[in-house]
Amino acid sequence: MIRVEDVHKSFGEEEILKGITTEFVKGKTNLIIGQSGSGKTVLLKCLIGLFKPEQGRIYYEENAIQDMDDEQQRQLREEIGMLFQGGALFDSMNIEENVMFPLRMFTKQKKADMVARVNEVLKRVNLENVNKKFPAEISGGMQKRVSIARAIVNKPKFLFCDEPNSGLDPKTATLIDTLIQEITHEYDITTVVVTHDMNSVMEIGENVVLLKNGKLVWQGNNQQIFKTDNEDVTNFVYSSDLFKKIRDVQLKEG
Amino acid sequence: MKYIQDIGSYFLMLKKVFGSFTKTSVLRHLIFKEINDLIISSLGIVAFISFFVGGVVAIQTALNMTNPIIPDSLIGFATRQSVILEFAPTFISIIMAGKVGSFITSSIGSMRVTEQIDALEVMGINSLNYLVFPKIVALMFYPFVIVLSMFLGVLGGWFAGVYGGFTSSSAFIQGVQEDFIPYQLFYAFFKTFVFAFILATVPSWQGFYMKGGSLEVGKASTNSFVWTSVLIIAANYVITQLLLST
Repeated sequence: MIRVEDVHKSFGEEEILKGITTEFVKGKTNLIIGQSGSGKTVLLKCLIGLFKPEQGRIYYEENAIQDMDDEQQRQLREEIGMLFQGGALFDSMNIEENVMFPLRMFTKQKKADMVARVNEVLKRVNLENVNKKFPAEISGGMQKRVSIARAIVNKPKFLFCDEPNSGLDPKTATLIDTLIQEITHEYDITTVVVTHDMNSVMEIGENVVLLKNGKLVWQGNNQQIFKTDNEDVTNFVYSSDLFKKIRDVQLKEG
Repeated sequence: MKYIQDIGSYFLMLKKVFGSFTKTSVLRHLIFKEINDLIISSLGIVAFISFFVGGVVAIQTALNMTNPIIPDSLIGFATRQSVILEFAPTFISIIMAGKVGSFITSSIGSMRVTEQIDALEVMGINSLNYLVFPKIVALMFYPFVIVLSMFLGVLGGWFAGVYGGFTSSSAFIQGVQEDFIPYQLFYAFFKTFVFAFILATVPSWQGFYMKGGSLEVGKASTNSFVWTSVLIIAANYVITQLLLST
């Protein structure tokens, strides 16, 4: 579980996050949604410690990041897996080395054990026989899956995903969403996904947080999102023609 | 004001480079990789340039010796002095600022653009130690490159002098051995170490703190070459003033 209390973050004069308070639930896929510029990625970067909020506290389980010393923060980060928007695989390493990287850095396992674990997670993300290929030699969807494999190889307690579907075709995007949700349930981890993709919301939105202009304007799940009267939610959800048509059909059918 | 901020940020970067070390086994692997990328892969171009520039120095010296009183051994002497004191340590370093410096800036800059550095940070790794420290260690082997450059520069001078018909082999070798002052070698290698440190850290700083996309990576590489060259030339002046003008 991750708890966020009254988090403020500014860049220069501009306040990006204006007092966010929420909770991301363990064992569920928690989605942060909102339009571009709403502060989703800034909130994510505050959660993972890449940005320091000026005000407010972020609790991992019961411990606030703000109270942790450098060593405690380093230990916490070993428990975090992150899927970046572009995959962020290391170009100079092949797929096996990329996935093995957290194990090499943080464990004292033998090479054979590490390779076995790498093969296990690659198989889990439906990738096989790519160990010796380099990131540039595989497709964008495969890179995302490798990135997920790297994120989970060291059995993290927290998984963060920044726009996991960006640049992917709808079918591959659904596969990645499903994979993230399955892994969340299987490993019983706290997963936070930043997205503006309504398909993702529909597929895996077990706990959805909507941001607008740096403020949290709604929180619920993917079932409640279509039933709420919240104006901000309806403006966001029905900005897509497809969802407008779905709503019209639903209204016609009563 | 920005220059002062940049200087401050450079020294803060150095402090972070030497803090919170990466796991030794990983670091060892990275150092060997950097030695290969930065040192071994530069040997070819350094050897080529050194040999031919040494030859040109010998020919230029010979062509400017119009007074018959001046002995032919001066060609060897001038070649040795030019190559050891300035050409090998300083001008090879400028060439390396273009080759190695641009490589360092663009590789670290690309990692910044593609969030690979963020990935390291999120994993709790001191990305500056992981990326920059192995480069500093690898470039401590840079004096070996300069030794090679010195040797091939003088050899090129001998080759051009003897086979160009400007001097005899014995006169050239006599000139090379004449008035040899070991302290000058200390001076040459002292500044080589300083240049090596500049070569490793300034391009790393340019790449690490760059902002933007792939276009900015190109700009950062150009800036890296300019600033590394400027600092090498400035350091060369200061070191020469301090160590030789007594």
